[in-house]
Amino acid sequence: MQSDSDINNPKKAGSIVEWIEYRLPVFSLLDNVLGSYPAPRNLNYWWNFGSLAGLCLVLQILTGIVLAMHYTPNTAMAFNSVEHIMRDVNYGWLLRYMHAVGASMFFVVVYIHIFRGLYYGSYKYPRELLWWLGLVIYLLMMATAFMGYVLPWGQMSLWGATVITNFFSDLPIVGNMIVEWLRGGFAVDNATLNRFFSLHFVLPFVIVGVVILHIWALHQHGSNNPLGIEVKGPQDTIPFNPYYTIKDMFGIALFLLVYSYFVFFAPNSLGDPANYIPANPMVTPNEIVPEWYFLPFYAILRAIPDKLLGVIFMFAAIILLFFLPWLDGSKVRSARFRPMYKIAFWLLLIDTIVLGWVGKNPPEGSFILIGRLATFWYFFHFLVLLPVIARIEKPLPLPRSISESVLAK
Amino acid sequence: MKLRNIFKVSLSIAMLAGLGYAGVALASSKVEHPKHVEWPFDGMTGYLDKQAAQRGFQVYKQVCSACHGMHLVSYRNLAQLGFEEAEIKAIAAEKELEDLDEKGSGERVMRKAKPFDKFVSPFANDDAARTANGGALPPDLSLITKAREEGPSYVYSLLTGFGNPPAGVDVVAGKHYNPYFPGGWLSMAPPLSEGAIEYQDGTKATVDQMAHDVVVFLQWAAEPEMDHRKSMGLKVLIFLALLTGFFWVAKRRVWKNVKH
Repeated sequence: MQSDSDINNPKKAGSIVEWIEYRLPVFSLLDNVLGSYPAPRNLNYWWNFGSLAGLCLVLQILTGIVLAMHYTPNTAMAFNSVEHIMRDVNYGWLLRYMHAVGASMFFVVVYIHIFRGLYYGSYKYPRELLWWLGLVIYLLMMATAFMGYVLPWGQMSLWGATVITNFFSDLPIVGNMIVEWLRGGFAVDNATLNRFFSLHFVLPFVIVGVVILHIWALHQHGSNNPLGIEVKGPQDTIPFNPYYTIKDMFGIALFLLVYSYFVFFAPNSLGDPANYIPANPMVTPNEIVPEWYFLPFYAILRAIPDKLLGVIFMFAAIILLFFLPWLDGSKVRSARFRPMYKIAFWLLLIDTIVLGWVGKNPPEGSFILIGRLATFWYFFHFLVLLPVIARIEKPLPLPRSISESVLAK
Repeated sequence: MKLRNIFKVSLSIAMLAGLGYAGVALASSKVEHPKHVEWPFDGMTGYLDKQAAQRGFQVYKQVCSACHGMHLVSYRNLAQLGFEEAEIKAIAAEKELEDLDEKGSGERVMRKAKPFDKFVSPFANDDAARTANGGALPPDLSLITKAREEGPSYVYSLLTGFGNPPAGVDVVAGKHYNPYFPGGWLSMAPPLSEGAIEYQDGTKATVDQMAHDVVVFLQWAAEPEMDHRKSMGLKVLIFLALLTGFFWVAKRRVWKNVKH
């Protein structure tokens, strides 16, 4: 404990940083997170996607706040206010394209981040809560993205919102009450648009809160690594700064390059043209297709012949991931040392791409069968394959430590 | 995993996705796929052909605007196509719209449109448009090239694609056959015919030429920011490419003596 005289001691108050640090240790916090934080020395480029996801979140919030200054959440004006942003607001087109393309980029980054976690077993002891918090972020992102897509009030906005809020209508007894409660009326209308705007604005800040918990949990046991073995001592780690700060900067610049290509040269390639048609409750589009990042789940929904069961399976496809640390009982984390799991991983990745492809197409002909097989495989992978592999697989011998493995190269 | 492997994996995923889309194209064969047209505004260095857009505006004004509005475009925006201020004033003044009396009497009067006004729509509302068009609603064209798959080529194909229905297809009374239109039967009669208008710049007004020009104009109307966006985009990409290279070198130097 310092005495009162210490506070006035000119030595202690030598710099502004020290003055603040003494009262609120924000600099040591930053140092712990981004500075001397000891990170495994063998992280590969797949570990760049965490910081990229953080960057995406910040960019979405910044562009979103400015867009909200020019947008009007009213069914009579929303579509035109978006076009007002595109045409009359200075650099409004840039902000809107950054925001719309940014949502897709955010999902690309997060999907890679999640699959990296799957490949290297990042969800296993002692990082189960870290994994859960990540899944909560993902769920919040899906809700936020869905509601954001409704805001331009084009045909896909209206009909997408109609289809998705309708999911709940088949719940027994309370189904229709829930749908009306979600919509604020009998149909998706002005009340729906207003509440979606409100929630679309606030949820990203909830995401920020969960991201802080996610990073906090990460720092409790440190990053996983490609070998999937625990850090044994200082010889296994390097300080985050400068090593991973510079590596992250490289990743960020490369990411911005790809992102910018889409923003400036293919801004609408990831969206549906029908959303440039103003919402019309009297005209149903030929095909109601969600944004690409929801397509695998959409395929699962349609693969089940019963609507309520389809909805249940769709939600189960995500809820399942919460149980992953226990479904996959293998003590070995990294797929590098798990020959059978490695094959299962790649099959799952292909399976989700197939699901996405099926989701994009009308449910007819061979797409129905492919969609059902792919849906079956998705659940089979998690519920049967993983537990069985964990029992029968003979993992390859693990290196004794990260440093030993690294120095052997 | 090294960067090279990441590229390899991304590439294979992209190829899988590409295969998927090829499948989509083959699967939906009921509607004729739009003709393949190369547009001056295509690609990273694509630009707004102002001469063609001006001609296209003339096509819109003299033909399309009889039924189709463009309520998101203002007359002042025509300056982007190279029209002079006086020309724009004159173009606007050809149309009238209802507004409050300028003297402040509170009366609603008709006044001539001004450069700051949006294009005056041909019909007061959708119901009036339907009544005048046998129940069909001519869509607003402000965003038409963005609101259809392969929008520019679709509009071009539609304008040049009218013809006789194939044998065995029942004729729908009062409609016009067009294989590029979903369902095949369109309420709009073929709007363009050889020499329907006389171009101010002397270009021969063939159906192809007019369809091409009006698409260039409509594409501009849908994305008036395109030229600005693409020229800015090139600078941004060059800057980011240099920045990426810079960080790549910096990363290698920082990591030079670290085994990892």
